[in-house]
Amino acid sequence: MAQISLATGFLLILIGFYGALTQRNLMRMIVGFTIADSGVNLVIVAIGYMHGRTAPIIDSTLPAGEAPARIIDPVPQALVLTAIVIGVGVTALMLAYAYKLYQAKRTLDISTFTELKW
Amino acid sequence: MVRRFAALLLILALGAVFLPLFLAYHPDTSLNPTALYYAERTAQDLGAANIVTAIVVTYRGLDTLGEVTVLFLSAAIVGLVLARDRLTPRPHTRVPAGELLTTGSRLLAPLIMLLGVYIFSNGHLTPGGGFQGGAVIASGVLLLLLADPERRFGHRIIGFIESLSGVAYVLIGLAGLYYAGGFLDNRILPTGQVGQLFSAGAIPLIYSLIGLKVGSEFSSILADLSETEEL
Repeated sequence: MAQISLATGFLLILIGFYGALTQRNLMRMIVGFTIADSGVNLVIVAIGYMHGRTAPIIDSTLPAGEAPARIIDPVPQALVLTAIVIGVGVTALMLAYAYKLYQAKRTLDISTFTELKW
Repeated sequence: MVRRFAALLLILALGAVFLPLFLAYHPDTSLNPTALYYAERTAQDLGAANIVTAIVVTYRGLDTLGEVTVLFLSAAIVGLVLARDRLTPRPHTRVPAGELLTTGSRLLAPLIMLLGVYIFSNGHLTPGGGFQGGAVIASGVLLLLLADPERRFGHRIIGFIESLSGVAYVLIGLAGLYYAGGFLDNRILPTGQVGQLFSAGAIPLIYSLIGLKVGSEFSSILADLSETEEL
């Protein structure tokens, strides 16, 4: 089970980076980056998954004493929780820059931005 | 064509890096020492029912403070980058939003925001928390913006909520330094009984502040992006 999500995550990273590298449109590049971002999150969560265990929340069905034997690894989940939020912030930043670039050249085609090309 | 081929080559190289990682992966059968420590100690030490929340807010609280700062930074840069365009008035050539969207948003937006508050104030009990609750609150703001793109949110109020919760967050952290075990220690308040709303010490308080901060940051990003929509 975890292997499937792990493979999906790695695949999403590859697809996302391929898209970001080959696409000419800034919007499509940003979509590529967000796909890669989801892939990374999926990989981290999949690593913390353990078969037959439950979510790391103590309640009536999961007494505190049984937690070490019955919960999945909570650390990757905490890491992904923060990574998702940072991902949103980075995406918003990319969109703002894309807007500014569009304003400068009236196009989103990356090949028209040649000022920093060597 | 050459460019596409080079990209493909790079991706294949990256895939070659991932492949041994994937093949060598064996699911753990027991928790690793770090996770075991959190699993064993969270309930008795911190009184939080949700172990992920205990990690995010207390065990790695400094990390979360840094992360909220990164989010603030990105919101501030979005505001800065888009700042000049906001001054120019736009022509009013908009088609009004549909009746369904307008009426629906009037009904739904307060409920969505209430749900956001519920999610971040129960972060220590349920799979929720400040980041999720803040995102839900911002989605309510997004709905209002969709219904009426001309709507202007008070940047001053958003900024005030944002900085007030940020300052309170740091002050609670500093209080932990003096009254409990260290920076952002949640035991400045009684930890109470696991599973109760008023338990887990300062965790609900800190997560509510994070929720307000994240919600106002996302809302300000949305407002900034919306106000520069016209090109």
